[in-house]
Amino acid sequence: MSEASVPRPSRRRLLLLAPLAAAAAAGAGFYAMLRGLSTGSYDPKGVPSALIGKPVPDFTLPPLEGADLPALSAADLRGGERPVLVNFFASWCVPCVIEHPMLMRLAKQGVPVFGVAYKDKPADALGFLRKHGTPYAKLAADQPGRVAIDWGLYGVPESYLIDRQGIIRWRWAGPLTEDTLTQELLPLLKRTA
Amino acid sequence: MRRVLAALRDAAAPALRAGLGALAAAWLLATPVLAAVSDPAEMLRDPAQEERARVIGRELRCMVCQNQSIEDSDAELARDLRRIVREQVSAGRSNTDIMGYLHDRYGDFVLLRPPVKPETYLLWGTPVIALGLGLAMIVAMRRRRAANPAPQPDLSAAERARLRSIEDGSGT
Repeated sequence: MSEASVPRPSRRRLLLLAPLAAAAAAGAGFYAMLRGLSTGSYDPKGVPSALIGKPVPDFTLPPLEGADLPALSAADLRGGERPVLVNFFASWCVPCVIEHPMLMRLAKQGVPVFGVAYKDKPADALGFLRKHGTPYAKLAADQPGRVAIDWGLYGVPESYLIDRQGIIRWRWAGPLTEDTLTQELLPLLKRTA
Repeated sequence: MRRVLAALRDAAAPALRAGLGALAAAWLLATPVLAAVSDPAEMLRDPAQEERARVIGRELRCMVCQNQSIEDSDAELARDLRRIVREQVSAGRSNTDIMGYLHDRYGDFVLLRPPVKPETYLLWGTPVIALGLGLAMIVAMRRRRAANPAPQPDLSAAERARLRSIEDGSGT
């Protein structure tokens, strides 16, 4: 305590620098958040799925009327030959339009993509697919949206990667983008294939 | 120029009023009592059951709006979840069962009161840590002040003389 008078000047400098340093750190953090927001790597509303690593929930859904594609049930996702992508979409959902080309590309590359039309009128969903193309090998309709809740879905679009054992490996809430595909989905597909 | 300003003001007034109206509406909506399930078709007929469903619903986060409970939210998904809660309440399932049902599907995030577990120790501990830090700072400051009290500056000879003259009532 006897040196109390000695550190005075440095202490004053600390008092000046500490708030500046705190402000600089906050600024750097904020900048990182903004950058993450624009690149899509940071999503403040993103919520991890509770179902990762768990088997797909039991469900049976009817086919989408008029689509002439087979319906979808949990059995279709268990013990398949290869991992599949399950995509929940709706014709009334704008981001679904944005991500659609990605789904078309995946389908073209031979990735099985199964679709679930969420809370959509069959005619509207059909119109959407007629306009933007059909990437789905199977297509079901969840008009009441109850099966979607079993999947932990909280909005459309949402995509789930199911491995060959029927375990949910990955969930993407929001539109699939070029980056999502190259950075996340395609490497995972390679690993789970 | 003045006419332009007046026109601008006239144009802005309705927008301002609309803004205030929206603000008032937002305030009303933010008041939880008013925003609770208002659609009578959604409510259970048994008031006791309805009350139980509300208690459960207030503990569950609407995943779409995120800072509202499913009881307070107008989101489609919140409505679906309210319906599920009510179905299960009338089927006689316990509160823990119903919360568990949604927790299985939506994870910890759906619980507005997060569970205490290793991942959330920091979350729950932060107030205690902050309080402890504050107390430690106060104690340290008091100790330091007690150890070396502020030095009392001595009066100079001239000041002492002036003080004496004031005390004598003779000087100004």
